[in-house]
Amino acid sequence: MELAYGHPKSLKPIQTKYCPGCGHGVIHRLICEVIDELGLQERSIITNPVGCSIWADLYFDFDSVQPPHGRTPAAATGVKRMLPDHLVVCYQGDGDLAAIGTAEIIHAANRGEKFTTIFVNNAIYGMTGGQMAPTTLVGQKATTAPNGRDPGEAGMGYPIRVCELLGQLEGTKYLARGAVNNAVNVRKTKQYIKKAFEAQMRGEGFTMVEILSQCPTNWGLEPGAAVEWLEKNLIPFYQLGEIKDKLDGAAAPVKEAGK
Amino acid sequence: MAEEKRLMKGNEAIGEAAIRAGCRAYFGYPITPQNELTAYMARHMLDLKRTFIQAESEVSAINMVFGAASTGARSMTSSSSPGISLKQEGISYACGADVPCVIVNVARSGPGLGGISPSQGDYFQSTRGGGHGDYYTFVLAPKSVQEAADLTYLAFDLADKWRVPVLILADGLIGQMMEGVVFPKERDPSSLPAKPWATGNQYKTHRPINHVTSLNLMPLELEAQNNRRFERYAEIAKSEVRYEEMNVDKAELILVAYGSSSRISLGAIQAAKALGIELGLFRPISLWPFPAKRMAELAAKGKRFLVVEMSKGQMVEDVRLAVNGKSPVDFYGRCGGVIPTEEEVLAEARRVLGK
Ligand SMILES: Cc1ncc(C[n+]2csc(CCOP(=O)(O)OP(=O)(O)O)c2C)c(N)n1
Ligand code: SF4
Ligand SMILES: [Mg+2]
Repeated sequence: MELAYGHPKSLKPIQTKYCPGCGHGVIHRLICEVIDELGLQERSIITNPVGCSIWADLYFDFDSVQPPHGRTPAAATGVKRMLPDHLVVCYQGDGDLAAIGTAEIIHAANRGEKFTTIFVNNAIYGMTGGQMAPTTLVGQKATTAPNGRDPGEAGMGYPIRVCELLGQLEGTKYLARGAVNNAVNVRKTKQYIKKAFEAQMRGEGFTMVEILSQCPTNWGLEPGAAVEWLEKNLIPFYQLGEIKDKLDGAAAPVKEAGK
Repeated sequence: MAEEKRLMKGNEAIGEAAIRAGCRAYFGYPITPQNELTAYMARHMLDLKRTFIQAESEVSAINMVFGAASTGARSMTSSSSPGISLKQEGISYACGADVPCVIVNVARSGPGLGGISPSQGDYFQSTRGGGHGDYYTFVLAPKSVQEAADLTYLAFDLADKWRVPVLILADGLIGQMMEGVVFPKERDPSSLPAKPWATGNQYKTHRPINHVTSLNLMPLELEAQNNRRFERYAEIAKSEVRYEEMNVDKAELILVAYGSSSRISLGAIQAAKALGIELGLFRPISLWPFPAKRMAELAAKGKRFLVVEMSKGQMVEDVRLAVNGKSPVDFYGRCGGVIPTEEEVLAEARRVLGK
């Protein structure tokens, strides 16, 4: 009988330190499932972010590099240029990618660096305890936006839609946005990741999968309520689906994601 | 590439030496007075099908080095003082993760934007780690175009051998001047040391996975990790000290200077000789590890020192530490991009000696 579901080989069989209901663990699993399906475990390198998933190298059972906060796309550039036949996964949170590392991601994407960015958008700084992120919604509360993000009087700016921003750059070939709020979206997100990894291994340009992810702890919600909050607030603002697909490889488009 | 002699600018000689040392990846960002180096690497690395990237900033350039070097590839970046400040975060990470790499600082005057004239004001930053945390990097200071090439070639070997970043501390004079330079032949890639700690190519050997990281949240483990690195530093201090000395036995006063200021000091020494005054020269080549032991020996023999720098006095602190009060240490320096003249240095030496 065929095994329908099991623990991915590339993911170590240990319990993660993530909070209950956190999206990072699910995303780790999806990455590892795809790596296993593509048979790339011993040819994969993850460049870790600085954020809650700083723990990634504890869990992924393949090589890793830990660059400074936000500099991951620059380090991944160095890794991938030296090892073009490897799968390089650049894992980043929203603070890491869209605040401190804005220059690095824009220019890596614009050069068409041939690694895949997994961009975990939980609309908050998880690790440092719930500060406002560049992706925090208007009105959303954070320790540094106690009355909610206020682009007006408080001058806190607006949430950044990273896929749409990077979509303008010619170096970007595949940009998709998924979510890990329910089984349908988890499966879709996995398909996006697979399509991006396959494109990377064919040597096409920059690929990124943004993933809307729950941070119950810093949203101040129970895990179940966090899923509902994501569906009611994040998904309407951050449109799910394949935002840009200019891949040459004839991969079929992934069907539109659910809510 | 066989051994050959050429007439070249210091900046270009550093580039050529790096290529011959087996540098596979170079990442840079424009800044005067080192632009010829970045341009040289662009021309030649691309021709050789090696990696050259003009990064979006010095911050990115050093992190590209960090990534490339973490795969075991010989990697380099270069900049000048303000850009080197930006690289400090990445250098600290490279030290913490034991990633060998080469960083060239063709220094200019500061602080801040300062000026583009040569300076030795980055001595503290270079020799005290420069970024956050407990660490050192090798610091090699060339006095000529030839030595810039030689030390760059050596830097890659030292970096690999000790798993530490190596900083070449030149200045705008060394970078811009043209001199004859003999290059060694190119390193055979198969002769380079194995790097079993590097990431990538696991599928070839099925070795255990490798993590290149400076992270460790367990204080006792991190302390042990740092202690092991400091044991290596102690070995380095024993075996990798480099300096040059001249006429120190006869000298009534020893000038202590590195890089460009050592050449000016040499002129002053020759002028003094014509007046019947015996001056010596002590020239640290490795600024870290600093040749403290030899300086202490000279001090114990009753030698006194005049430290000459293109700064407000930075290396003089290391000289005073080495001499430890056993003999007088004087200082003469110009800063802001002003280059001291031989006459000024001679006058100061005569003042110190009362002659
Ligand atoms: C240079 C630097 N600045 C600040 C920090 C502190 N810091 C650690 S993680 C983090 C933000 C992480 O947020 P995000 O990228 O959204 O990841 P998450 O934890 O939400 O997954 C910050 C600011 C740091 N480690 N380094
Ligand atoms: S703080 Fe948020 S992002 Fe971090 S582990 Fe907890 S739930 Fe996940
Ligand atoms: Mg976040």
